[in-house]
Amino acid sequence: MKVLIRGAGVAGLTLAHELATRGADVTVVEQRMEIAGNASWQAGGMLAPWCERESAEETVLTLGRGAADWWDAALPGHVSRRGTLVLAPARDAGELDRFGQRTSGIKQLGASEIAALEPALAGRFTRGLFFAEEAHLDPRKALLALSDKLRGMGARLEFGGSSAHAISDIEVDCTGIADRRPELRGVRGEMLILRTDEISLARPVRLLHPRIPVYVVPREQNLFMVGATMIECDTAGPITARSAMELLSAAYALHPAFGEAELVETGVGVRPAFADNLPRVERDGRKIRINGLYRHGFLLAPAMARQAADMILGNPAAKDVALEANR
Amino acid sequence: MLDLYGQKLSSRLLLGTALYPSPAVMAEAVKASGTEIVTVSLRRETSGGKSGGQFWSLVQSLGVRVLPNTAGCHSVSEAVTTARMAREVFGTNWIKLEVIGNHDTLQPDVFGLVEAARILASEGFEVFPYTTDDLVVAERLLDAGCKLLMPWCAPIGSARGPQNLDALRSLRGHFPDIPLIVDAGIGRPSHAAAVMELGYDAVLLNTAIAKAGDPVAMAAAFGKAVEAGREAYCAGLLEPRDMAVPSTPVIGMAAFS
Repeated sequence: MKVLIRGAGVAGLTLAHELATRGADVTVVEQRMEIAGNASWQAGGMLAPWCERESAEETVLTLGRGAADWWDAALPGHVSRRGTLVLAPARDAGELDRFGQRTSGIKQLGASEIAALEPALAGRFTRGLFFAEEAHLDPRKALLALSDKLRGMGARLEFGGSSAHAISDIEVDCTGIADRRPELRGVRGEMLILRTDEISLARPVRLLHPRIPVYVVPREQNLFMVGATMIECDTAGPITARSAMELLSAAYALHPAFGEAELVETGVGVRPAFADNLPRVERDGRKIRINGLYRHGFLLAPAMARQAADMILGNPAAKDVALEANR
Repeated sequence: MLDLYGQKLSSRLLLGTALYPSPAVMAEAVKASGTEIVTVSLRRETSGGKSGGQFWSLVQSLGVRVLPNTAGCHSVSEAVTTARMAREVFGTNWIKLEVIGNHDTLQPDVFGLVEAARILASEGFEVFPYTTDDLVVAERLLDAGCKLLMPWCAPIGSARGPQNLDALRSLRGHFPDIPLIVDAGIGRPSHAAAVMELGYDAVLLNTAIAKAGDPVAMAAAFGKAVEAGREAYCAGLLEPRDMAVPSTPVIGMAAFS
């Protein structure tokens, strides 16, 4: 079975891996000259289905809870399973209750437990929530490692080309917002990357705020990704001053050391989303589309890849999975 | 029927379109609430009207009137510019005017609000001013050309419900013929019913529905509460009294036998 995948973001590469593992002949074609710069490149990389459930539908939890295992199996050593810490400034402590009411899988933490988990935050917060089952990865490292691994498995990755000539049995569009369809809308996300050796965190920390909820994800080399805005808009222009100010002030509220950090990068990505903010795998003859991963690329791409691979290679269990995914 | 700048409306609930789990849920909530007017933020939801095409066409497909707002504006010039852009983008003279005075409480800057209202009214806008429950500010807004008022009952998104019923009552008493809409601070259907029972003409809310566990069910609940409060007001409410009064007649009872 020859499969052509358009798009080397997280949707395209997870599908390529799923298909290659199952023995298909895979070619991935990407319009860009390299992986860097797509929406997946700007992602937080949190595998946090319980936290997401606070504002997303149950489907996100159902489909997302297997994501950490999938990434761990595909890229051993990339997944960090240290949970998610959710905090709120003392004045907004009520936000923790509100957040907790909307989801499950929570452990309530007091000041000493927060200090034990994240010594750098000792004395700064009196209450928090801990989602012990959650995980995270570095999206950039994961995308690069996945593409290297795919090449090793014999898959072809072609950058900067349309590859209209490629002969395939099935074609899968994983181009995200570039697949300009009327049902699909863009939700702009802005983020920034800070560097400081004055503070270290072991896990993603979400800081609740009634208006500006943010997360800070630690990465290697003293880097911290701070994200992300959600704006109903599909322009990918530079980050706005207001968004940068809000992200920075939230990071500063988490710990003043971020005030002295170097601002090494700002990034903007456009998340592809359907009206229900849930992803879809759709088939039209020899063409398949995976899209609408919204803010859940790394979390939901594995489930979508499995579903599409079942559709392509005919797994008998495919129907149940597809039904479940489409509710 | 509710009459807002000459538009006759049967629903007395106005709904914001932000903060929902998804646009699909928002659309369902709008339907379930029975609302005929939704507010849209030009800045945050459509990125200054530059693009935001999909969200905007979804709002249009709801078949309800759109009330653009100037949410997030902190000065008169910002608010006026945003209102002018909104008129172009949304094709309506209606504008929900917000001039925020305090970043923390999102309390309206009532001085800037009156100034911006005067400018916009002179340019033919039909202004829906988001204001406090201050009576004198209300008078100034009417002088500036506003034909209705939208006082808060508590800070935006706080879900605290009516904090000063006396002030709301006083506004109602002073402006019997001006449409009064409680905008901001409503947390529960009982809050909405309470202000409608005071004789308010309508209620505008967003967070209480959008961030509810089930926004669609909550939208229906608010729709009913607003209706119930209005019907109760029209029916004439019983004033509280200090003494118990039996509701069953005592005459003819076989008492003390």
